[in-house]
Amino acid sequence: MRVSLFVTCLVDQIWPSIGTSAVQVLRRAGCDVSFDARQTCCGQPAFNTGYRKDAQALGRHWIGIFEEAEAVVCPSGSCTAMVHHLPELFPDDEAWRSRAQGVAERTHELGSFLVNVLRVDDFGAKFEGRVTWHDACHGLRDLGIKSEPRRLIARVQGAELVEMPNAEACCGFGGTFSVKYPEISVAILDEKIAAIEQARVKAVVSGDASCLMQIGGRLRRNRSAVRTLHLAELLAAREAGA
Amino acid sequence: VTAGGSGTGTAETFDANAREALANPQLRAALRNLATVIGDRREAAISSAGDWEDLRARARAIKDEILAHLDTYLEDFAVNAARAGAEVHWARDGAEACQVVLRILAQQGATRIVKSKSMATEEIHLNKALEAEGLLPVETDLGEWIIQLAHETPSHIVVPAIHKSRKQIGELFAKHLSMEPTDDVAALTSAARRSLRDRFADADAGISGVNFGVAETGTILILENEGNARLTTSIPRIHIAVMGIEKVIPRLADLDVFLKLLPRSGTGQRLTAYQSLITGTKRSSRDEGPEEVHILLLDNGRSGMLEQPVRRQSLACIRCGACLNACPVYQQVGGHAYGSVYPGPIGAVITPQLEGLKRTSQLPFASSLCGACRDVCPVKIDIPALLLDLRAEVVAGSPKSAPPERDRAKRRPIEALIFGLYAFAWSRPRLYEWSMRMARLLQWPATRGGWIGKVGRVTAWLAPPLGAWTAGRDAPPLASHSFRDQWRHGLSGNGER
Repeated sequence: MRVSLFVTCLVDQIWPSIGTSAVQVLRRAGCDVSFDARQTCCGQPAFNTGYRKDAQALGRHWIGIFEEAEAVVCPSGSCTAMVHHLPELFPDDEAWRSRAQGVAERTHELGSFLVNVLRVDDFGAKFEGRVTWHDACHGLRDLGIKSEPRRLIARVQGAELVEMPNAEACCGFGGTFSVKYPEISVAILDEKIAAIEQARVKAVVSGDASCLMQIGGRLRRNRSAVRTLHLAELLAAREAGA
Repeated sequence: VTAGGSGTGTAETFDANAREALANPQLRAALRNLATVIGDRREAAISSAGDWEDLRARARAIKDEILAHLDTYLEDFAVNAARAGAEVHWARDGAEACQVVLRILAQQGATRIVKSKSMATEEIHLNKALEAEGLLPVETDLGEWIIQLAHETPSHIVVPAIHKSRKQIGELFAKHLSMEPTDDVAALTSAARRSLRDRFADADAGISGVNFGVAETGTILILENEGNARLTTSIPRIHIAVMGIEKVIPRLADLDVFLKLLPRSGTGQRLTAYQSLITGTKRSSRDEGPEEVHILLLDNGRSGMLEQPVRRQSLACIRCGACLNACPVYQQVGGHAYGSVYPGPIGAVITPQLEGLKRTSQLPFASSLCGACRDVCPVKIDIPALLLDLRAEVVAGSPKSAPPERDRAKRRPIEALIFGLYAFAWSRPRLYEWSMRMARLLQWPATRGGWIGKVGRVTAWLAPPLGAWTAGRDAPPLASHSFRDQWRHGLSGNGER
């Protein structure tokens, strides 16, 4: 299957290893992966902060790049959900709305694409140790992703999936919320950190780099031994303890 | 007395109120308890309700039907309530509503007034209006009575005194009821019961809210657990019910759906202990009940909400409070931080619509948009979508929608400039790449290749988001080689890297 990778700005600029892992995993599943280097950002920061016109500009750019793709795959539930929201950006513009609608229907979050579209869950990954899954909000509540990552993790050799308390609770990131209300954001985050520590895991795994930035930032500040891993990185891991 | 603890802060100072609340360990313990206790109870209760999703869909369909023909249903309700002997009044806003209540009380010479729990009367600040005329209505819901004694405001729609500990309540009762301080729940409730019984016996008038008003019969329904609402509406000779116009439902049979949803969502009960259905006045002198029933239909901004297609759904709210309990922000800061009658996610949606965004512009931003509120809402209100809609209005009205003296508003033109630059540059791939190359150069002094710890005051002043982020969290640096660089240098070829 031909797959166009929407890697997201955060992965492109901060965590390229998530992108390279996604490429490896998709190729192992037999996909022909392409990456259009004109891509930038889906516009979610502007949309979620109320800057609709700015979000429209980025939305149009995004649609123009991906609308010809057979399938768009993205290693982020949040950015995938934003793509699904793109039609709402054009309430009075039928042409753009239907273009947005068309490509939104062919845009998938990575884990759900592997399990629900490709129907592959074993990538020969190896990771030694206990891990826990953080249900990122938009993947969970906007896209309904819950069982897919757990199924994928279950197939990782050596990895033991441990459920933390309130895995579905928000990590407190919330985009610009995290810097508009940093104290509340960190207070919410600390409940998540406590749950992760309680699970006594080697790594916390999630499907969104933004949550991992939030969780990882606090774990580092606390000098915790727990590390953060994106689902793609875990699925691409080949050596014990990678 | 602190803003975070007692409700003296306003919506304008949400950020400061929240910081105070976060510094209050007793409040946070109470909130954590609320979220887990009611949250777990709710889970158990909804599993006994049959097909929960079907119930939610049916409730929302009924609400949508009502909101599409609200005028007709209200007329039916008014006609049928009057036929049953109730007197129906209409109030455009809070001031008018308070005037109507005062007029009824004055005409009847009623001075001893009891009240049962009602968010609508909180919304119109009825107690303040009555007190200004020398009338002191006694709140008879235990939680409401506690905060009335403490001169505070409710911090939750359903459990108004959730911010208070047993110890604080014991001290409050010791002061007002001449009893020894105790934190024994049985002793406290029986003391409250003794004191309130006398008030019921003496009362000339009872004021209540309304959970549902049935159009086909003119019946009002009040749900509660303490029996105080039943006493309020049956012992005094006058009953005044204040009802938001969105509370009307078409048929008695619709209660089948709503009675399954509301108690389960609100308190995690299958059913509340009392459901009082009141249809007009007593029929004969031998019957029990008030001689006069007044139903006050309150608009207070609701018909304006009806006109906006996206926001109309806010009026479907049945005031269960489930979104408060599920909200990670509410769980941390509590209700008083919102500085408004309706707190939490639904409050952040309703308050700006009732009061305008000028003084409430922070509220739509007080959310991580996690969507937990939408998931628990029994009438499927898309609260995150409404918050986004309000955010867009704040931005479009910028900077007028926020008072100029606030720091946040001062910063908004800069924020707008940054988003404008971002949209311009990042819809052009070359500028995107150039901007990130510049950022890599700029970050070097702060990162030296590693994660960024807490930045100094100068950096925080130059880049406020970085200051805000690193106050509590380390920040990851930009990777030395972006994904696109790696793609161009080998990754694009087939086979494993």
